[in-house]
Amino acid sequence: MERLRFWIQTLWLFLSNGYWAFPVSGTLYQGPLKVLCSPGLNCYSCPAATTFCPIGSLQQLLLGARLALQSGHAYLGTYVLGCMGLFGTAFGRLICGWACPFGLMQEMLHRIPSPKLGVPAWLGWGKYLVLLVLVVVLPLTVVDDFGLGLPWFCKFLCPAGTLEAGIPMVLLMPDLRSAVGVLYLYKLSLLALVLLWSIASFRPFCRSLCPLGAFYGLFNRVSLIRLKFNADNCTKCGACHRICPVDIRVEQSPNSGECIRCLRCCTEACQYDALSVEIAGHVWRTRPAPFDQPAR
Amino acid sequence: MSTAESPVGAHKGRRTSVRRIRRVPLLLLLVFLLLFFIGIAVDEPARVLEQARSVCLPCIGIG
Repeated sequence: MERLRFWIQTLWLFLSNGYWAFPVSGTLYQGPLKVLCSPGLNCYSCPAATTFCPIGSLQQLLLGARLALQSGHAYLGTYVLGCMGLFGTAFGRLICGWACPFGLMQEMLHRIPSPKLGVPAWLGWGKYLVLLVLVVVLPLTVVDDFGLGLPWFCKFLCPAGTLEAGIPMVLLMPDLRSAVGVLYLYKLSLLALVLLWSIASFRPFCRSLCPLGAFYGLFNRVSLIRLKFNADNCTKCGACHRICPVDIRVEQSPNSGECIRCLRCCTEACQYDALSVEIAGHVWRTRPAPFDQPAR
Repeated sequence: MSTAESPVGAHKGRRTSVRRIRRVPLLLLLVFLLLFFIGIAVDEPARVLEQARSVCLPCIGIG
């Protein structure tokens, strides 16, 4: 299952970043596919990006909402929010585990042999704060004299933007190099910090700072795809908790907002059919039903 | 006539065997589908496309 997940993540990486003519064209993709929403965090200023980033677009619409309303346009982010909500309701954080390019990058780095560290549970609240404050409240409320706000998350925090767009665009467009300043260096440092942290911890950005992960996490309990826990079959052996890369007590909270649906607990850990995947009400058993019930 | 034998009881027995349809995800799908179509109706995709076609300088740490 992990191999399948890796290939699906790789496929999404190339689907979201499918424009490889940018070294020749010298600019980013300008085609009509960019009206489609990327399910994962993927900067639309990346020269290869073929879809728009939901978090980036939502901020851009919110920061310009006042001006848009004044000019008679109701651009309030409903299209983007609709796309995000449809993804969230259908898949929850399965998208984080299976379709996010920046998540894949962090997982690859985590494979580098090194001492491994956990991520404190309280840091998990950080991503909800980032979603509320940096993505919604500040772009809407802190505006200049013209009524225009800033994309706070993208400008001051997003390491995916620096990696996928900041570095390639500065290399691709020589004119931009003269504009590189303190902010660019700060974002490079932040990216380096996140990448180094990813070597030691599993997906630290997703677990502590990602606003898109926070949004999808809100749907984990109600999404069409979710985990189903059968307490009658559980022997409380703890195998699901030990294998969980994000340290969830699966038997207590199988649909926690932290779960990225890697499904390792179902497919690799549980031997007693206590965990299965529910897809729109249909239970998909990830392993054959055991011949014998577990000893009690 | 016991409850199990009564038509009502039999009806109840059938109902328990039917898979319950979860209403919350369906409701959420409808709400977000509505938002999606409202966005299309006000021509928001054109604005999104316009933004996504240009380099967001603040987003990449410049400007």
